[in-house]
Amino acid sequence: MGRFDAVTDRQLAGLKTVLFLLALVPAGRLAWGAWQGTLGANPIEAVTRGLGDWTLNFVVLTLCVTPLRKATGWVWLTRLRRMLGLFAFFHATLHVTSYVWFDQFFDWGEIARDILKRPFITAGFAAFAIMALLAATSSNAMVRRLGGRRWRDLHRSIYALALIGVVHYAWMVKKDITLPAAYGAAIAFLLGLRAWWRWQERQRQLAGAYLKKPKGKVIPIAIKR
Amino acid sequence: MLIKRPDPIPILPSEITDAGVHARRRDFLRLSIGAGLVAAAGQPLLPARAQPPSGERLSIASRTDYAAMEKPSDLEDVATYGNYIEFSFDKETAMGLANRRLRVRPWTVRIEGLVRQPRTLAIEDLLRLAPLEERVYRHRCVEGWSMVIPWVGFPLSVLLRQAEPLGSAKYVELVTATQPDTMPNLRSRQVEWPYLEGLRLDEAMHPLTLAAVGMYGQTLPGANGAPLRLVVPWKYGYKGAKSVQVIRLVEREPQTFWNKAQPEEYGFYANVNPDVDHPRWSQARERRIGEFFKRKTLPFNGYADQVAQLYAGMDLRKHY
Repeated sequence: MGRFDAVTDRQLAGLKTVLFLLALVPAGRLAWGAWQGTLGANPIEAVTRGLGDWTLNFVVLTLCVTPLRKATGWVWLTRLRRMLGLFAFFHATLHVTSYVWFDQFFDWGEIARDILKRPFITAGFAAFAIMALLAATSSNAMVRRLGGRRWRDLHRSIYALALIGVVHYAWMVKKDITLPAAYGAAIAFLLGLRAWWRWQERQRQLAGAYLKKPKGKVIPIAIKR
Repeated sequence: MLIKRPDPIPILPSEITDAGVHARRRDFLRLSIGAGLVAAAGQPLLPARAQPPSGERLSIASRTDYAAMEKPSDLEDVATYGNYIEFSFDKETAMGLANRRLRVRPWTVRIEGLVRQPRTLAIEDLLRLAPLEERVYRHRCVEGWSMVIPWVGFPLSVLLRQAEPLGSAKYVELVTATQPDTMPNLRSRQVEWPYLEGLRLDEAMHPLTLAAVGMYGQTLPGANGAPLRLVVPWKYGYKGAKSVQVIRLVEREPQTFWNKAQPEEYGFYANVNPDVDHPRWSQARERRIGEFFKRKTLPFNGYADQVAQLYAGMDLRKHY
């Protein structure tokens, strides 16, 4: 058994605190930079884009949790996933606020027209709406209310919102799509892994792997009914 | 394998978050967000950035304000925020590189094509061609930001007349510098080099169209298109070709860089027009650099009285 295979609740709480504080650093740096005037000539654009970048970063981090868990066997990683997802939503909310406030100054008519007319804003808004739904159903109480299976199916829409988020980015840039392409590749890889696991699982089922007798010594365990 | 299990450590009462604090955790989060937003909203906008390289002082014969007494933007902003995509697709990277690297001497400008008298002018002679004027113009980028810039130069028409354009010349094509050793983005295959721009001859001869050699009383910084650039204040900024080397008079509408790259988004005319949206964003408003909220964009960037007649009878939605 590896050293980090199991963590106590207390260690996990400590880890969560550290993660929470770390996750506040990017927004804190942007706020500080805006305050100090070190974000260049167009600080509002720098803030809005920085928040957009960090939304995507946290979406990618959230999607990394399961692959990392499978690779390391550290099951407790899953218990950090909700916080990462909520931090994606946190940055997305500030990103949208910056647009609504500084770009449109609460002109809801203009915002509605933007959402309908401009594909990159349509995509961004769609991704944000899905993310808001996931954030709203992120609590333990909501897991119980929806039931594990339905909750899991609903929260798999992070796959869609991640892709829509990258499309939003790619449609926004003027010409150079290097960065959106990099995010796209990372997300495609992370989603591809999941497709691969599913395929493998399916192959195992088709081969009847579960019906075969396992090799080696079988340790009987008692199951209470 | 070394197996090390931590001893169970008792949790001290002092380490447990107080229930009251725990209950207020969401308030804390809200407060933090609020504080962040307030910090962003109340920012002083005092730039604490590196100064652009200072150029040589130019002797200016006359000054005219074409920006209705609006305060000129900070020189630091003008020299560090903008596009010079031969250097990089990223604005600040590009401007920094251009300021440091662009080679501006020796420099010649060639006027050729449909002219009676093709000319090659050294930049030193070009600077003495006509009395230098300072003109304060509004500058509107197609991306939705704007500035107010005191340019120094003379009407482009002065330069064009040096070569005596022929009657068959209908357009002006501008070819800008390519310096593979100083401009890293020339390696990019996403676009086609060199950066080309063009104007109709009557636009090029219009008294507002400036051949700029300086700004803020000094020679141009590299990032702003040293040593000679075009300034067409009623058009989006990308029409203002930087670091011009060849001015060619031609009969047909020349190809232009952005039009070739994305024809459905960037037209040949590129007149500032709040009523014709960019396909991906509205052009109705703009963010003046240094200001907080967006302001309304003016037709022809506020120069409609002087230039609207150039486009009489034209469908500006089609000829965007």
